Amino acid sequence: MEKQSDLLLDIQHLHTAYRLQGDFYDAADDINLTLKKDEILAIVGESGCGKSTVASSIIGLYDHKNTKVTGDILYNELNLVGLNEDLFNKVRGNNIGMIFQDPLASLNPLMRVGDQVAETLYYHTKMNDKERHARVIELFNQVGMPNPEEMYQMYPHELSGGLRQRVVIAIAIACKPEIIIADEPTTALDVTIQAQILDLLEDIQRQSHSGIILITHDLGVVAETADEVAVMYGGQIIEKADVKTIFSHPLHPYTRSLLNSMPQTEDEEDDLHVIQGTVPSLKNMPCSGCRFAKRIPWIPASAHEEEPVIHEVEPGHFVRCTCYKTFHFQGEK
Amino acid sequence: MSIIDIKNLKVHYPIRSGFFNRITDYVRAVDGINFSINEGETYGLIGESGSGKSTTGKAIVGIEKVTSGQIFYKDVDITKARNRRRLDYNKDVQMIFQDSMSSLNPRKRIEDIIAEPIRNFENLTTDEERRRVQELLDIVGMPSDAIYKYPHEFSGGQRQRIGVARAVATHPKLIVADEPTSALDLSVQAQVLNFMKHIQQQYNISYLFISHDLGVVKHMSENLAIMHRGRLVEIGTRDEIYNHPMHIYTKRLLSAIPKVDVDHREENKKHREEVEHEFQEDQSKWYDKDGGVFPLQKVSGTHWVALPQSEVKAQLKEEK
Repeated sequence: MEKQSDLLLDIQHLHTAYRLQGDFYDAADDINLTLKKDEILAIVGESGCGKSTVASSIIGLYDHKNTKVTGDILYNELNLVGLNEDLFNKVRGNNIGMIFQDPLASLNPLMRVGDQVAETLYYHTKMNDKERHARVIELFNQVGMPNPEEMYQMYPHELSGGLRQRVVIAIAIACKPEIIIADEPTTALDVTIQAQILDLLEDIQRQSHSGIILITHDLGVVAETADEVAVMYGGQIIEKADVKTIFSHPLHPYTRSLLNSMPQTEDEEDDLHVIQGTVPSLKNMPCSGCRFAKRIPWIPASAHEEEPVIHEVEPGHFVRCTCYKTFHFQGEK
Repeated sequence: MSIIDIKNLKVHYPIRSGFFNRITDYVRAVDGINFSINEGETYGLIGESGSGKSTTGKAIVGIEKVTSGQIFYKDVDITKARNRRRLDYNKDVQMIFQDSMSSLNPRKRIEDIIAEPIRNFENLTTDEERRRVQELLDIVGMPSDAIYKYPHEFSGGQRQRIGVARAVATHPKLIVADEPTSALDLSVQAQVLNFMKHIQQQYNISYLFISHDLGVVKHMSENLAIMHRGRLVEIGTRDEIYNHPMHIYTKRLLSAIPKVDVDHREENKKHREEVEHEFQEDQSKWYDKDGGVFPLQKVSGTHWVALPQSEVKAQLKEEK
């Protein structure tokens, strides 16, 4: 049994709906997730599956007029859903840090990068100017920036992509948050830089024992860094297990198809596996039945559940819908 | 039989500064590269951002001015515009761009987008032209009512397939594909790559496949070159590059690809750190005194690496 204190974040029945031309559509549908200390939880899926929606719901960065969030996001008995802005501002950046995808867009181009890190400290701590400066230098050292004193005075455009992302990470970890949300932190970077940034995230986690939610579409990144994996499709979590199980015994047809379409097969002459059809848009999402059914039409309708629910197949391994039991790829028995 | 031969290609951009705005220095985006692409093959060109791989592709298509060096197509140097015209080079060599949204005119219908290259080179009646466009859409698996739609009505993968259809419209011999799938999702990427392979077999097209994704290039191409700082650091067959890399930069790239191999995660990470350490430790062993890449040395008939002769010999001995 896990200790209660290890639990950092408990998301229950989270629904996030966006208003599109007057009506609300669920972009995240009944999300249940937990994040523990010392854990890297990866949320994987293709574009439009709702993985970033989950992130923005946790950290409360969404358009409040046109978004409806229901359910519970419990952080230390504090429910982040519907929390008022003043309180949220104290949590955001202080207890929960966020790393965005595009470091150039998330940094202020008119401000020295050192001051941008210090800004977070200004709002969340009682440090004076000198202490803040010292802490920024310490942070820059921690995230592996060369010549931190010089770097402090630089503007974002003077830095390379990898260094910019290090600054963003420094901002995220400035107040030693317990939870770090990383939304596609390495998508805009080269592979060698990506490897460095991922190693850095792991190091930070090992030192601070925080929990990291890693949102990505890259299965390779997941295999290298994550502990727990949740696969999303069409706004729902369709499979969840620890990283070994996901890659060695994937069950849901979508997870299996996705792994098969990776160009990593040994036999290069073969065609890559293609998932039929396209991801339905938010408005055209089927409201009932298995959302993946349309893309595997050779599987009879009777294999799907009418109202797919999450099943615990083995301890810790969750799969939505029953279609995994009879699923086979086209052309095989 | 090679379709294109690149000899000592250089593309330099001038840096202007000072009072008279004089040229003070050059950015050596492409600095003397040699390779050749065989007929009907896919040649992979790999590099990180800023390595000059896209500039190379653009120079081959002719949308980037070549500073010096030659590009031979059918044994004629096509860096001269007159030769290009005489050979119908602009018809025979087409390009697929990375970002399908910005490479398709938002105010044109799909019919006009795909027909544009046909109109440039052939005189067809309206009926014939429409039939050709329909055929092309068929090849890339798009519905026939697509011709009346606009680019924004399609998803990213569909748009990229329209880009492929436009590139094959003039029956080209060579297509330069500049990161054709890096903006796409995994399952959509699979679709586009499959289409590209099918079209290649059907029409015997050669590809220059430019990418930073070593997994995709491994799937697509038989021969490949690794580019770094405007030069090639290693040329070889798929097996030579992926299983017997010699240059530290190639090793570093290969070790940095995230692998779907959960059981050996720690070993992979250790290996990556070792390679990184080796790379950082002795830069003078791998690069010349100005930080440039050495000239290529022959290792075997197909394998070339940019290292001094002594280093190549030492590595070969070690392997034995």
